[in-house]
Amino acid sequence: MSEALQELSSYIGEAAGDLVIASDIAYGELTLKTDGARILDLLTFLRDDVQCGFVNLIDVCGVDWPARAERFDVVYHLLSPRQNQRVRVKVATGEDVPVPSAFSVYPGADWFEREAYDMYGILFTGHPDLRRILTDYGFEGHPLRKDFPTTGFVEVRYDDEVKRVVYEPVELKQEFRNFDFLSPWEGTDYVLPGDEKAKTN
Amino acid sequence: MNEHNVRNFNINFGPQHPAAHGVLRLVLELDGEIVERVDPHIGLLHRGTEKLIETKTYLQAVPYFDRLDYVAPMNQEHAFALAVEKLTGTEVPIRGQLIRVLYSEIGRILSHLLNVTTQAMDVGALTPPLWGFEEREKLMVFYERACGARMHSAYIRPGGVHQDLPHELVEDIGKWIDPFLKTVDDIDELLTGNRIFKQRNVDIGVVKLEDCWAWGFSGVMVRGSGAAWDLRRSQPYECYSDLDFDIPIGKNGDCYDRYVIRMIEMRESAKIMRQCVNRLLGDAKVGPVSSVDGKMVPPKRGQMKRSMEALIHHFKLYTEGYHVPAGEVYAAVEAPKGEFGVYVVADGTNKPYRCKIRAPGYAHLQAMDFICRGHQLADVSAILGSLDIVFGEVDR
Repeated sequence: MSEALQELSSYIGEAAGDLVIASDIAYGELTLKTDGARILDLLTFLRDDVQCGFVNLIDVCGVDWPARAERFDVVYHLLSPRQNQRVRVKVATGEDVPVPSAFSVYPGADWFEREAYDMYGILFTGHPDLRRILTDYGFEGHPLRKDFPTTGFVEVRYDDEVKRVVYEPVELKQEFRNFDFLSPWEGTDYVLPGDEKAKTN
Repeated sequence: MNEHNVRNFNINFGPQHPAAHGVLRLVLELDGEIVERVDPHIGLLHRGTEKLIETKTYLQAVPYFDRLDYVAPMNQEHAFALAVEKLTGTEVPIRGQLIRVLYSEIGRILSHLLNVTTQAMDVGALTPPLWGFEEREKLMVFYERACGARMHSAYIRPGGVHQDLPHELVEDIGKWIDPFLKTVDDIDELLTGNRIFKQRNVDIGVVKLEDCWAWGFSGVMVRGSGAAWDLRRSQPYECYSDLDFDIPIGKNGDCYDRYVIRMIEMRESAKIMRQCVNRLLGDAKVGPVSSVDGKMVPPKRGQMKRSMEALIHHFKLYTEGYHVPAGEVYAAVEAPKGEFGVYVVADGTNKPYRCKIRAPGYAHLQAMDFICRGHQLADVSAILGSLDIVFGEVDR
């Protein structure tokens, strides 16, 4: 399995090396990195090339890295039924830098991109219908961003007096608890109080 | 009627329609009886599972997977467990693997029974659900006897399964198989040759294989269109490569082929279950059911009463949980509805940094517009039924 993956990786490096920024095999999975300008060419190559044959689009999703300059990753998972291989393609993008939509290559990207837009606010150019999909009608914000609170901002209830559903700011009976379990014994990136003397003999 | 009086008609199908299989709202544009455009509105059951998982430890994330496709809960947990095991490099002992396979196949039968019979109900047959649900009830009792819950089991956990099965339970599952095959035959007799059932399903919702792949289909949807593709065979996980079973494929890619495949798959699942039962009572009768790595799998109650180390580990594993090395993996299982995948990005802490759930129903439902165009209004519910949609996993 891993040899076939190595072979595939070096083949893609030879045949489409100019479309790929970096490629890497970890945990038995091949990851290709590219950028927004070349993503469609790479996807088309992976789909149409006889030795690749990645005709099945498994998934498109976003990942948020708020500390990075280009904070989002758009991650495509492709499957080749003929080669029995999977590949992951990653594109880094910023908050207001759109990524070309994969809809023209794989029609199945439609809802996955709508979801990435809904959850992260990643923009896709050339998408036929980039609406929100999973959140409520009229929802504001992008809930899977790391700076979006897990408890959200509004809650809904049916108000019997006005005979409709009303939106109200979230009121928590108990503060949302998020424990920091990272043990100081496994090494912190700050100096623990009192520890500054430990290494000065 | 004058020419200018003829206009297209928009109707709302759902979200409370019984044939919508949950909370689906379809906005249909009709030209007479012909469907011109379908716009599914989903998300009415969106619970933010992926966001919640990011705030929980790896063990606490497991129960969320039961609540995705709630007609086959353990198959989802299985995908998550495989992803975490891939990151941590954990091996599952053979008895644990057999129990996982046994319950995955129970899940497959649960799901197919529900789908086949309710799809029949959508096209007008009322008896099959009554017969099918009786068997589902028995299977849920097996779930309950393994883990204490009929549906939300939290049984397959990273590292193995939660508890060992009593031998009587395995024997009872073995005894259940033969009467079940009889029930499948009965449902088969009722539907497969039925004239009305055929009129409603044959040549309805035909999908070509190239379209299947391009739209991201998997599972029964691609097999119905003629691809011999099943992750249990093509990318085997657990001990599926040692087991003997066949993959049925269709020729026409219509609703009827998908129905027939589901019927055959139930029989194949029963075959796999029988092999698992034989091995669980034979060569794998004793042995650990989960990884023996004490840093991942908590100790049993009995050990905790005697060993200080076990007590400490129990406390640490249920509060802090284990840390998973940084990296990203995608693990998929052949769930009853298709390829159910979990993409985990770990940052080396005790919580997943990102956990994307790839639900097969999501990819299938987005093609509703593509499949339904040009069909009659009445075919929409037949197609929706044969796509096998459950909103727990579509909306997440």
